[in-house]
Parts: sequence; structure tokens; C-alpha cells
Amino acid sequence: MNKLTTVDDAVATLESGMTLGIGGWGSRRKPMSLVRAILRSDLTDLTIVTYGGPDVGLLCAAGKVRKLVYGFVTLDSIPLEPHFRAARQGGTIPELVEYDEGMLQWALYAGSLRLPFLPTRAGLGSGVMDVNPDLKTVASPYAAPGEDAEELLAVPAIRLDAAFVHMNRADARGNAQFLGPDIYFDDLYLGACETGRRFVSCEKVVPTENLLDEGTFHTLRINRSMVDGVIESPNGAHFTSCEPDYDRDEAFQKDYATAAKDPESWAAFESTYLAGSEADYQEAVRAR
Amino acid sequence: MPADTANSTSRLADIVAVACAEAFRGDGEIFGSGMGTMPMLGARLARATFEPDMMVSDGVAFFVDGDLPIGATDKTIEGWIPFRSVFDTLWGGRRHVMMGASQMDRHGNSNISNIGDWKQPKAQLLGVRGGPGNTINHDVSYWIPKHSSRVFVEQVDMVSGIGSDRGGHGIPCVITNMAVLDFDTPDRTMRLRSVHPGVSVDDVVEATGFELTVPSDVPTSREATGDELAVLDRLDPNGLRYREVPDPE
Repeated sequence: MNKLTTVDDAVATLESGMTLGIGGWGSRRKPMSLVRAILRSDLTDLTIVTYGGPDVGLLCAAGKVRKLVYGFVTLDSIPLEPHFRAARQGGTIPELVEYDEGMLQWALYAGSLRLPFLPTRAGLGSGVMDVNPDLKTVASPYAAPGEDAEELLAVPAIRLDAAFVHMNRADARGNAQFLGPDIYFDDLYLGACETGRRFVSCEKVVPTENLLDEGTFHTLRINRSMVDGVIESPNGAHFTSCEPDYDRDEAFQKDYATAAKDPESWAAFESTYLAGSEADYQEAVRAR
Repeated sequence: MPADTANSTSRLADIVAVACAEAFRGDGEIFGSGMGTMPMLGARLARATFEPDMMVSDGVAFFVDGDLPIGATDKTIEGWIPFRSVFDTLWGGRRHVMMGASQMDRHGNSNISNIGDWKQPKAQLLGVRGGPGNTINHDVSYWIPKHSSRVFVEQVDMVSGIGSDRGGHGIPCVITNMAVLDFDTPDRTMRLRSVHPGVSVDDVVEATGFELTVPSDVPTSREATGDELAVLDRLDPNGLRYREVPDPE
């Protein structure tokens, strides 16, 4: 079955108010072309679940986010994301769920296994418990005789209405491949997502028989049962990194971060890069 | 340390790097992880000298064998440690991380998340990141490049790393540009372990925003040995440590 689609057609399946998981990590292998397509849409009131980078900054700046579930938001080489900072300091994100990084993995993993929760120690005693008063603990049912049962944090499962990840290669049926050093938690977003809106964008769509040309079978962590739509989107993670196809565009990221700190500069940045289609964006990046 | 191996050419950054390395002494064959230049240098110095079995990463996704200079890309990979394996390793307790903190209280509760009220902070920082999971599962030491009462506060604005009063696993030490601190007190609150050369106990007390336990005899942090200086020059050939910790005026 051919699952090829486009970023705009993929985003057209979304509705305002949905919960959306975005793969990658910080400013690494983010499905930026899909994020840019959301910026072009009239979607609002989204719940965003992610290890945050410029995706969060851009969506916050565009007023798309009603709720954010995160462990951090960073541009990596630039530690603090300026749009996210402005949104937090301006109080413009109505609802926030700040988790430990491992808790976020557990929430997605529980969602992908259809479990209501998974237990962990990560988070106990920390401010995460204070700012998320709905979090519950469970007592271990396996306490040794005469010992107190250990109390563990029960991280509630997250289920997603839509998931976006960006891979290096994929075939038209949705078998997808990461060629870089880390898959991050991309498979878990797809696993935790309802069938119908699980999208993989990739640098290049290849025939199935060519999937092992550039990487070993260990890189085939995403199979077609986890994917509903495949989008060929060269340079689609720009300006985040997509090793080994390309590194982060540090110069561009620096310009982005600088522009984000000043409304006038940001308006100019938007009109140069974000006013048109994905093809227009890529053309503007090439013209730099 | 035997006086005859002391090297009079130790600069403050060298002494700090040695103190960071000392944090990992006795750790053995676990993941010694440093966040930022100085902690990374400390972990790599420890591995190159007195903790040869410790495992260090390139900060991306690989364990590296042998000495890896800061910023170098030519490396011998001995293992794969993507983030999911980092979480597995840390939840398994086989890690000691040294990281930064924007605020810390006397129990060692630390904050890298935000300054001010969490609901609408004065300054949004990183978020809690892996702080809660790290601090409940394994040893966490801290590197504070600018010791001040803005960092060492009565109460942190958001507890991202838990201290001794909230069930923290343990904080072997806190290293600053002025001193080495630990929690070796009956109530596990912060104590002054040593002051760096040229820094007085009063200087440290004044730059700390809570009551610090000060023993009657506070030693001076040890200088780097000649061997350690040679290793530091190899691991940090561009002298990034001197930029992070400038010589006192």
C-alpha cells in the first residue's frame, strides 16, 4: 500500500484541539516541515507533547498551543529557546505539564503499550509533583515480608491524536530508518498514537529493497504497521540536525534565535522564511 | 596529596578541574557523566588518572575509549549510549553525573527549570530535564561557576534536582569557583570542605545565601600535580578551562 502524502495534506487531517506528539530531541531531527505546515494552517488549541526544541518555540509564537507536555525546551547549542521563554514569561501557554525527561518516555511507552500507567522513581520528591498535583503514586505489591511497600510514581499514559517524526529514509509503505546516532523516542510517539494520523517525513523515499543500502537492519526500528502517512521532505528537519544527511544549520539557528528576541526582527524573519510554502522556505534557505 | 608533587604553576582552573575529577574518585566501572566543559574535563581527567575503569561519553551517543580531548571528533567508540540507554543506565543507578544549577539550597535541592513563580516565571530556564530522575537514582555532583548568594539560596523556586531532605540519592560534592562543598554533616546540610587558594572562609560564607556549616579547620583545595597538568593540557589543548574559570585578579 502506497502511503505517500504531503506535509500540507497530512496537516489537513488534523483538527483544532488535538493532542500532537512531535519526535526528535531539542534541536535534533525535528519534523520541521510538518511544523511549518501547522504554522500555515488555521489549527489552534493544540496540545503538544515533545522533547522540545524550535518546534515548541515556533508553535508558541504562532499562538497554536493550548497545552504543552515537556521535560525541557532547548536549542542545544543555544541553551534557552527564546520564543518558549517569551511564552512562559508572558503566561501565554494556558496549560503546562512539566515532567522529568524519563517520565515523558514512560508516559509515551505506557501509551504505546495500552497500559494506564508505568511506575518509576523519577519525579518523586521533586517540584514535578508540586506543579502536577494530579500525579498519583502506587505502593509496590511485592514488598518483602516485614518491609514497607515502596511508593512509586505512576506516570499516566499519554495517547496522541497525531504523531509526526522525521527519519532519514523510508519506503512508500512506512518502513522507516534512522541513520544517525540516536532514534530518540520517535518510535514511541508512533506507538502512542491513534491509527490514522501517524506521519513519518523523511529525507528520501527509497524502494524497500534499498533500505539496507545505507544502514544495518538495526536501524529499521519503525515498521509500516506504525505508520499511516509517508512524506518525502528533503531538508525537512532544517534547521535542526539530521545526521548523517546534514548537521544543524548553526548560522540559521543563531539568526532564528536573534530574530525571536525582537518583534520587528521576527516579523522580517517570518516574511522571509515562513510566509510561503515549504518549497518557498527551502528556496529562501538556499538563497541565504 | 604529597607536597613534593605539588606544582606551583597550577592555575585556579586547574585546581577546579582536579576538584571535579576528585568528585568521581572511587566510582569504578560506571558512567561518569559531565554536563558542560568543566564537568566533562573532570570526568575525563578522573578516567585518565585514578579511575581507569570509569566510562565516559562523547556527549552525543557513544562511550569512548582512551583520552578524548574536549571538542575532538577523532575517537575510539567502545559502546553505544543513545538517550534511551542513558535512561536505562541512570535508572539502574550505574551513573554519576556532574551538572550545573541556577539555584541550590542547603539540602542540595537544585533548580535548572525557572526563576520566580513556576506558573509565570520571571525567567524561564531549561525545565527540569532529567534532574528528578538523576537525583533519586544515582550520585549527582554539581559545578557552579559563579559562587554567589543568588545561586545558594534559602529556597529554590522549582526543585528540579532533589536534595537530602527530599529523598535524594546523594551529592558527593558541589564545586564552585571559590570552594568545594559537601553534605558530610549530621543533618546532611551543606558544609564547606575546602577553599581554593586565595579564597578565605569568610569570602565563601558571604557569598552563600544560607547558613553554611564551617568546620574549625578548613583546608585549602589541592593543586594539580605535574602529571595532572600534563593530562589536562592533553584533554583541553585549547585551554577552554581558563575561559570558564579565569585567573583571580
